[in-house]
Amino acid sequence: MSLLKSREALLALAILLLIGVVAARFPAFVRPANLANVLNDTSPLIILAIGQMIVILTKCIDLSVAANLALCGMVAALMNGAGVPLPLILMGVVALGAGLGAVNGVLVWKLGIPSIVVTLGTMTIFRGTIFLITDGKWVNAHQMSDGFKALPRTVLLGLPVMSWMAIALIILFTVVLTRTALGRSFYAVGGNPHAAVYAGINVGRTQFSAFVISGALAGLAGYLWVARYAVAYVDIAGGFELDVVAACVIGGVAIAGGAGTVAGAVLGALFLGVIKNALPVVGISPFWQMAISGAAIVLAVTFNATQARAPGRIILKSAEAR
Amino acid sequence: MGILKKALTTAAIATVLMAQTAAAENVKIALVVKALGIGFFEAAAKGAEEAAAELGDVEIIYTGPTSTTAEGQIEVINALIAQGVNAIAISANDPDAVAPALQRAMDRGITVISWDSGVAKEGRQLHLNPSSSALIGNTIIKLAADHIDGTGDVAILSATSTSTNQNIWIEEAKKVLPNYPNVNLVATVYGDDLADKSYREAQGLMATYPNLKAIIAPTTVGILAASQAVTDAGKIGEINVTGLGLPSEMAGAVESGATISFAIWNPIDLGYAATMLSYNLIKGAEAAPGASIPMGRIGAATLDENNEAAMSDPFTYDKSNIEAFKSIF
Repeated sequence: MSLLKSREALLALAILLLIGVVAARFPAFVRPANLANVLNDTSPLIILAIGQMIVILTKCIDLSVAANLALCGMVAALMNGAGVPLPLILMGVVALGAGLGAVNGVLVWKLGIPSIVVTLGTMTIFRGTIFLITDGKWVNAHQMSDGFKALPRTVLLGLPVMSWMAIALIILFTVVLTRTALGRSFYAVGGNPHAAVYAGINVGRTQFSAFVISGALAGLAGYLWVARYAVAYVDIAGGFELDVVAACVIGGVAIAGGAGTVAGAVLGALFLGVIKNALPVVGISPFWQMAISGAAIVLAVTFNATQARAPGRIILKSAEAR
Repeated sequence: MGILKKALTTAAIATVLMAQTAAAENVKIALVVKALGIGFFEAAAKGAEEAAAELGDVEIIYTGPTSTTAEGQIEVINALIAQGVNAIAISANDPDAVAPALQRAMDRGITVISWDSGVAKEGRQLHLNPSSSALIGNTIIKLAADHIDGTGDVAILSATSTSTNQNIWIEEAKKVLPNYPNVNLVATVYGDDLADKSYREAQGLMATYPNLKAIIAPTTVGILAASQAVTDAGKIGEINVTGLGLPSEMAGAVESGATISFAIWNPIDLGYAATMLSYNLIKGAEAAPGASIPMGRIGAATLDENNEAAMSDPFTYDKSNIEAFKSIF
């Protein structure tokens, strides 16, 4: 298979092209510091897109990620306000996120409710919960400790910790999805659930695991988000779940399940990240910005539909000939 | 039991009632708020007490429901009518639902005004807005101009491109720009009231306009996100973020210096002005379009054709007063 036929390579090329076009209008965009900034800004999207991709692989979808992020972020801010040390907060939000993901997972696994319905419901419940625990009040910069706000910003070897976390998770989940039994079972469950059952894979439990992973990643992203923007309130990351799904779709993750790679989801997220960061500096009217983001998604899906149809392999040639 | 006796009894009771009214030495003004326990309204009550202390013969009844419902306010209003207060000054939870109860109050000779959050026209004598669009527009430009010595590039970071309030304020701000000939408004961008998008737009402004001196954000999400973006870019002191925000949310930004000053209504002044207006109406001032009613230290309220008035310029908050206000609202 030639390199150009690889979807990831094509997407990477598209991103480079996009960066080139932006640079033609605003040269400072390609300065390494700015590109590092784009990567850092896109890190929460990358982290969520990895989780979403795993869920989509299993023929499900998780619309509650942004609400999960917001709830975990708020809890992180409140824990910080109560004087809980940072390592405990980090463990706490990842556990809470995983727990919220497990709620989705159990409903999908044990009750067999379609995931889109389950997560649409829990999305509202999670947002409502934030309101309940805060009465709609905000947690602001001066109510957060310096250490809490500083962690994602701390620069190590030229990149902020938030970027390093995203990179570490990319590597971790690439290994998990390509080298572990659980990782392969995600593909099996989505690709052909019946065959997966015959292969001894519990479809429901695999989907449950996918939701737990997605939730845990959303929990981590919740802390990063709140610490980075130094504010927590009910509506943070409103509508972000759609960006996350879009990143997966652009990255070539098949909505029908069973196909997709971590690299694809990451590139899809970066593609959106470059657009989001480029639009404010190239001086395009805000009225066009949403249309451009939307067009990119439609183009990507169209591209998916026309290109990604791998022809079935004929395995009984002689039988067919008769 | 003759008719005469009945009539006499009635007359006697009426005399006693009138005598009671005359004997009541204090004017009772009820400050009805959306709900008890909200810092903003506690501060307004403090202002009302200041007005009462200044006037001398006023007793403030600070009251409201325990949750922000119109039903709760109607109960409170009925109780106040029974108590025979002289005036009700209300910040309404619903402009229409409380109007009938307030009309009943007015029928019994009680002065009714609304403040902060208005009541439908038929349910009050006048409404006091904390400020007006023109005053807000002027203030946000002035705040930006003040800290750049009146010279330099400024940009506006708004909410969504369709937010009615923000668009009117920006329009009013642009009208006063000619008064600041050296203030150059280079761009208006929209952060959609999302922290991440506002942050990115602020970064974009800093990258696109290297000579930018101030970012004006007439939205609470935007001003916070822009302050954070300026802080993270290490441009505190170079770029001043200003606009409209809440003291409780902006305390960090003011402390770090990313925001030198910002504006929003002052609830203390609002409670003070509402009390003054009520008092003057009780003492015979007429609430009619075009009328000018004094509000003590704040000046006078001029009523428009809907009997609405704007109190004053938004109040400016900076290092000198943020500590006092951040716990209020």
